Amino acid sequence: MSENINLVDSSRASSELGDNNYRRLDYLDQLESESIHIFREVAGQFERPALLFSGGKDSIVLVHLALKAFRPGKFPFPLVHIDTGHNFQEALDFRDQFAQAIGEKLIVRNVADTIREKNLTEQKGKFASRNALQTFTLLDTIEEFKFDACIGGARRDEEKARAKERIFSVRDEFGQWDPKLQRPELWNTYNGKIDKGENVRVFPISNWTELDIWNYIRRNKIELPSIYFSHDREVLEYQGQLVATSEFIQLEEGDKVAIKKVRYRTVGDMTCTAAVESNASTIDDIIKEIIATKTSERGETRIDDRVSEAAMEDRKKGGYF
Amino acid sequence: MDILRFITAGSVDDGKSTLIGRLLYDSKSIMIDQLEAIEKQSKNREDGEIDLALLTDGLRAEREQGITIDVAYKYFSTPTRKFIIADAPGHTQYTRNMVTGASNSDLIIILVDARNGVSEQTRRHSIIASLLNIPHVVVAINKMDLVNNSQDVYNNIVIDYSAVAASLGLKDITYIPISAINGDNIVEKSASFPWYEGESLLHILENVAVANDINYTDARFPVQYVIRPQTDDLHDYRGYAGKVISGIYKKGDTICVQPSGLQSVISAIEIGGQQVEEAFAPQSVVIHLQDDIDISRGDVIVKTDNLPTIENELDVLLCWMGNKPLKAGNKYLLQINSRVVKAVVKEIEYKLDVNSLLQEPSPDQAQLNDIVKVKIKTASPIPYDSYKKLRVNGGAILIDETSNVTVGACMIQ
Repeated sequence: MSENINLVDSSRASSELGDNNYRRLDYLDQLESESIHIFREVAGQFERPALLFSGGKDSIVLVHLALKAFRPGKFPFPLVHIDTGHNFQEALDFRDQFAQAIGEKLIVRNVADTIREKNLTEQKGKFASRNALQTFTLLDTIEEFKFDACIGGARRDEEKARAKERIFSVRDEFGQWDPKLQRPELWNTYNGKIDKGENVRVFPISNWTELDIWNYIRRNKIELPSIYFSHDREVLEYQGQLVATSEFIQLEEGDKVAIKKVRYRTVGDMTCTAAVESNASTIDDIIKEIIATKTSERGETRIDDRVSEAAMEDRKKGGYF
Repeated sequence: MDILRFITAGSVDDGKSTLIGRLLYDSKSIMIDQLEAIEKQSKNREDGEIDLALLTDGLRAEREQGITIDVAYKYFSTPTRKFIIADAPGHTQYTRNMVTGASNSDLIIILVDARNGVSEQTRRHSIIASLLNIPHVVVAINKMDLVNNSQDVYNNIVIDYSAVAASLGLKDITYIPISAINGDNIVEKSASFPWYEGESLLHILENVAVANDINYTDARFPVQYVIRPQTDDLHDYRGYAGKVISGIYKKGDTICVQPSGLQSVISAIEIGGQQVEEAFAPQSVVIHLQDDIDISRGDVIVKTDNLPTIENELDVLLCWMGNKPLKAGNKYLLQINSRVVKAVVKEIEYKLDVNSLLQEPSPDQAQLNDIVKVKIKTASPIPYDSYKKLRVNGGAILIDETSNVTVGACMIQ
């Protein structure tokens, strides 16, 4: 369908553009070019950047964009994963294999170690999550390696606090975001100047939507962990959401557990990411479902955003991505 | 399918948030859970209608105070286009946010309340549209339902605004009567205005010819990063990574590096690792040259037959964004694309009154949100084009070296 539309577009524009008619980038090419430009600004402006890589689809797309930005050279940064210990094994396996396949350095730091070393208190309850504790490990890792820029795969369409964050987002020593003191970001000029101890979170795919990501994955035949595709899984039905049973979730009497055909729309911790019922086993099927869906990505799959209207804003102010 | 970036200018009172909410809602870009969240908050309203304005307010303080503090970006798409909306607040004290949002926009929607006509705020937004050189303007005359959908009211506003636009040199202006709250003329053409011959707002947004705004003539390539693998098999590989911000580069082109003036010939161009014959704006590419010449980040590769201006004394229209005032003699860093140089503001020639367009000569200082004409001297010459001629190579920012904050937006004359 989209190809037909392109044909109509170009025929209409041909008389106006003359020779330059074919020199038109479609939206995915434009987004790709913008993201590559941002990556190279990071490389040009910072001494010790890092790319936060989880094995989820957004960070996988980030790495593919970095390949386009820097090959045949090596990345001017390592891949870094803050492992909560509650991750999906499929995503972890993919993370390791992918980093090895492209020959780039992967640094993993574990939230469990931070909890032990710093005597942190774990959340209690049915879906006890390490989402909040993750920030401690991230900040420790930034300090350990003296990272001055951390590249992340957050998108502005995900959530309304994210919709307000800059592409170069300056954080203080404690990783805190102050939405009222953001630097104006003009044209495509990024100001990465910081003091010692501060760092910048950089979001090269800020302007991509969930659907843009999937269309890009389809067009570039990007491989993903298997959990993004329909598979059988034992899940707990809880307040309208499907949560995979695992050692991290405490089942109680009366809990409804069943094996269902599901896929994941986002990949976070097993304790706070819900699956969606689906038979979609190809990228095309997934895109069809996303176009038809009536629930947002985070609304459908993230248990952690439901806490309050300002849950994400508060976590960002506390140093979260 | 391409991308249109636009900014909406107006205050909450003009129905700006309602308009954006309407565009998102009617183009089915709002999901059930997001709708439920705003339904919950809309319950306090007497009429029980969903308050679409709540969709655009992202921060707690904004929801509490019912204002928009900062630029928020919103996304929606139709089968023909992806849209990126910069939602900027309309209050006077937030001029810097509007300038920020306007800097990347292809189009501006200026909302006019049909009951009030062309106001000071309308003028202010139009001046910013003109300063930032936004190529396309849509004047949306809103709340037509409150003036009985009157053609006379509409026509009078069009006449008033035409005078403002003419004085500012704004081009490509489209007028449209709407009622954002009722959805009239937003997605579908409405029967409420039988006298209106144009198309719906969405139709206008889908059909603005943004491809014509790209400059294919003046080739400019700021170098961001030099790729040098230095491995055994790629020992001699040296690629200049950057984005073609305007123009076209072909293999075999004779180029010239600014500001050094060194010349060479393009030996290869790569996009995402693939060799190509040519690159054009706005592609991110890697350029290879025949000769091993000294090139580093901040240099601009241009063609020998089309040079930018290379100067160290600049005439600049400046939007001041710092909390501390600007005084003549203050030193800053000036960043234009990937080039950063030390700079001093030599003189503040005048301050522009954004309501009356009157010039106040030689003010002592410039305050936050002031627009001033200044003379800037840079420590070394910079390659640039006038902002009016080539937006992508005529806009620069000023950075306070002591706080690292971006304090000014420069439109080089």
